[in-house]
Amino acid sequence: MTEQSIPAAETVVVDLPPVTGTEPPRAVRLRARGGDRVFLTVLAGSGILVLTVIAVIGGFLGTRASQALRVAGTGFLTTAAWSPGNGTGGASKFGVAGILTGTVLIGLVAIVIAVPLAFGTALYISEYAPPRLRPLFTSLIDLMAAVPSVVYGLWGFLFLEHRAVGVAHWMATYLGWIPGFHVTGARVHDPLAPLTVYTASTFIAGIVVGLMITPIVSSLMRESFSQAPLGEREGAYALGATKWGMIRTVVLPFGRGGVIGGAMLGLGRALGETIAVYMIISLVFRIQPHLLQAGASSVAALIAAHYGTATPFELSALMAAGLVLFLLTLVINLAASAIIARSRSGRDSG
Amino acid sequence: MTATVEDVEGFKDFKNSEDFEDVEAQDADETTIPPEPPEPPESPEDGAPPERRRRVRRLKPDALFALLGAAAAAVSLTVLISDWFAPFSGPLGFVVLCYPLFLACYAILVWTDESGPILRDRLMAVVTHSIAILVFCVLVLIVGFPIWGGLKSLTHVNFYTQDLRVAGPVQPISIGGVRHAVVGTVEQITITLAITVPLGIACAVFMNESPGRLANLVRTVAAAATALPSIVAGLFVFALLILEFGLPKSGLAAAFALSIMTLPIIIRASDVVLRLVPGHLKEASYALGASRWRTALRVTIPTARSGLATAVILGAARGIGETSPVLLTAGYTQYTNYDPRRGPQTSLPLATFKLVTSGQPNYITRGYGAAALLMLLVLVLFVAARAVGGKGAGQLSRRQRRRRTAASRRVQARFLERRGGFGTTSLEATGLAAIGFAPNDAVPAEPGPTDFVPTDPAATDPAATDRPEPPERPS
Repeated sequence: MTEQSIPAAETVVVDLPPVTGTEPPRAVRLRARGGDRVFLTVLAGSGILVLTVIAVIGGFLGTRASQALRVAGTGFLTTAAWSPGNGTGGASKFGVAGILTGTVLIGLVAIVIAVPLAFGTALYISEYAPPRLRPLFTSLIDLMAAVPSVVYGLWGFLFLEHRAVGVAHWMATYLGWIPGFHVTGARVHDPLAPLTVYTASTFIAGIVVGLMITPIVSSLMRESFSQAPLGEREGAYALGATKWGMIRTVVLPFGRGGVIGGAMLGLGRALGETIAVYMIISLVFRIQPHLLQAGASSVAALIAAHYGTATPFELSALMAAGLVLFLLTLVINLAASAIIARSRSGRDSG
Repeated sequence: MTATVEDVEGFKDFKNSEDFEDVEAQDADETTIPPEPPEPPESPEDGAPPERRRRVRRLKPDALFALLGAAAAAVSLTVLISDWFAPFSGPLGFVVLCYPLFLACYAILVWTDESGPILRDRLMAVVTHSIAILVFCVLVLIVGFPIWGGLKSLTHVNFYTQDLRVAGPVQPISIGGVRHAVVGTVEQITITLAITVPLGIACAVFMNESPGRLANLVRTVAAAATALPSIVAGLFVFALLILEFGLPKSGLAAAFALSIMTLPIIIRASDVVLRLVPGHLKEASYALGASRWRTALRVTIPTARSGLATAVILGAARGIGETSPVLLTAGYTQYTNYDPRRGPQTSLPLATFKLVTSGQPNYITRGYGAAALLMLLVLVLFVAARAVGGKGAGQLSRRQRRRRTAASRRVQARFLERRGGFGTTSLEATGLAAIGFAPNDAVPAEPGPTDFVPTDPAATDPAATDRPEPPERPS
């Protein structure tokens, strides 16, 4: 519950009970004086400062990005290559079609892995776990959300990668007919064929990023499940529902907004992830639809890999790519917030 | 009589409703059903022994047997199948094959003597439990992996007291450490917090104290800024401050990049906490004639203090773990650099990244150690956040409440002394003391904003009940 007590406007109408006759309500005019004026000025100054800083960031990125965008034109979104050069002549050919597709694919793999895991964990913590252990599990999940991404990257790079290769090989062998699971140039039935073709893929990066966002998504889902009203739960039980029946008819409809919003916020987080992806994938610039094959792409990893050797013009191109990524995550985050705020479970939490 | 009712499945589940008796119910034995009036232990009519309270949460023997039987059947089937033809190999393949078989066997076992809804209930319970177990196992694996790998380096004292200037890739673990990265992390996060905490909290107070179009704009923009990918923040600082303004790659540049990342987080979290401060606390302060800045500094912020501390600590935990902005802005060195203004400065996540990707076994071991140290740091911050936070605005511990009451008493005594001890002033004095008034400010020069909405006692915030009790009137 949010209680707004301080009047927003400078003018406050005070409704007093009529004492004598019919006195019209008086308009009380407030003007900040002395210490208050300084105080409010300082506060407004800090707000304006924050606004300025963010505007400078946006403005700078926008101006620099527009240099590259002017050269590339609309081809920036449709070209799948990255050799900006100096931005002159025909040698300059660059665009984000490939890397943006790669980023979204990694995000989608991550979401496909994270959502069932997060959903089950959230349901377990809010419905099945012993009440005494619930705060402990909640803290554990929140703590996992605070584990730095470089730790996940380390795990994926040194632990998961060579173990997941076998799984990827199996999937390519038996599920290769599913679009996306095909691996070009791999002799899947040759037992002596090297497995390096399955490393550094979208699939492995997606697993790591998926596990990274699982705690965050789970935390948001648990929050919305646990707010399902007690009266409706008991009503379902009183009508003879089993526990799962109660969950299906009360908890899940109540928490639907939290589930969808949490998944989308997780997707936004997955798209912006840099270091774990950078440690795992080997960067390619073409559109890579083969999830299991070595070579993947991500905007963030591209920036991390190329910033050091970039010419001023390539830096502009990198900023344009970063700006596109920012706009993508922004749209997803705003949509997620809107879904959460409009749902029943999110209405009260403001 | 009750025994027959309790045998109905639905009723048992109803009794299970104590499951969702949430955290507020400290006593887990409390159910949502009002406790029945205590029956006389022995009724003369039937002479039955006194009924004992049933434990409904316990796993029933038949359910347990079904689980065990299904598990045994699944394991045997898996062994059999992988013997016949082995498309899977290794422990992972075994588990992947075993689990669906287990579910199928369990479903068949339950199906033999239960109806459809109960079958679905049991299956979903098993699936939920196994997902939760899987997630916790994987998370423990992710956290435990660097700790296990780093044990070799963490047990050497030189890991904490030396840097890597003499430790090449072939040097043993007993030489060199990550002191340079610890120093860098501590300095960078200190500068970051020095920038973001005053600015972020002032901005959040601004959004709450003077709501309006500007405040809404700031709120929207701050929310949008949380979507900024960390690498883009790093790229901004790299391109503007380092390339255009000629700031060297340094700890300071890294701190600027980290500030861009943490500032929106702190603003948003503080904003939420400040909005939870009960309005009537502020109204009481205004009603006593306090000015706005006094109310903000002595009522609003102290009430939300624990929440603000949590916001700051969680922002710091996020900032400490960020690698990509530091990668672009701090440079990388193996020397200890105490000066954040010039020269490259390494932080723990950056050191972890560089060491792990170096490909040298001894460097990788040190990388594990650095990651473990980093997680320890985050854990400490997290526990600190839980210790100070976790309480709603205005909720005080018993000791805080006692301290506050004592302070009120002291102020009251002083008031009474100055005013000649009139009993009528004590109430007013208590109220003024609660918002920290000095006696000579008691009559303010200007009237504060007033709001005459009568407080509905039923609608009062629960936090209000935790306010300090008024001291007893002196006799």
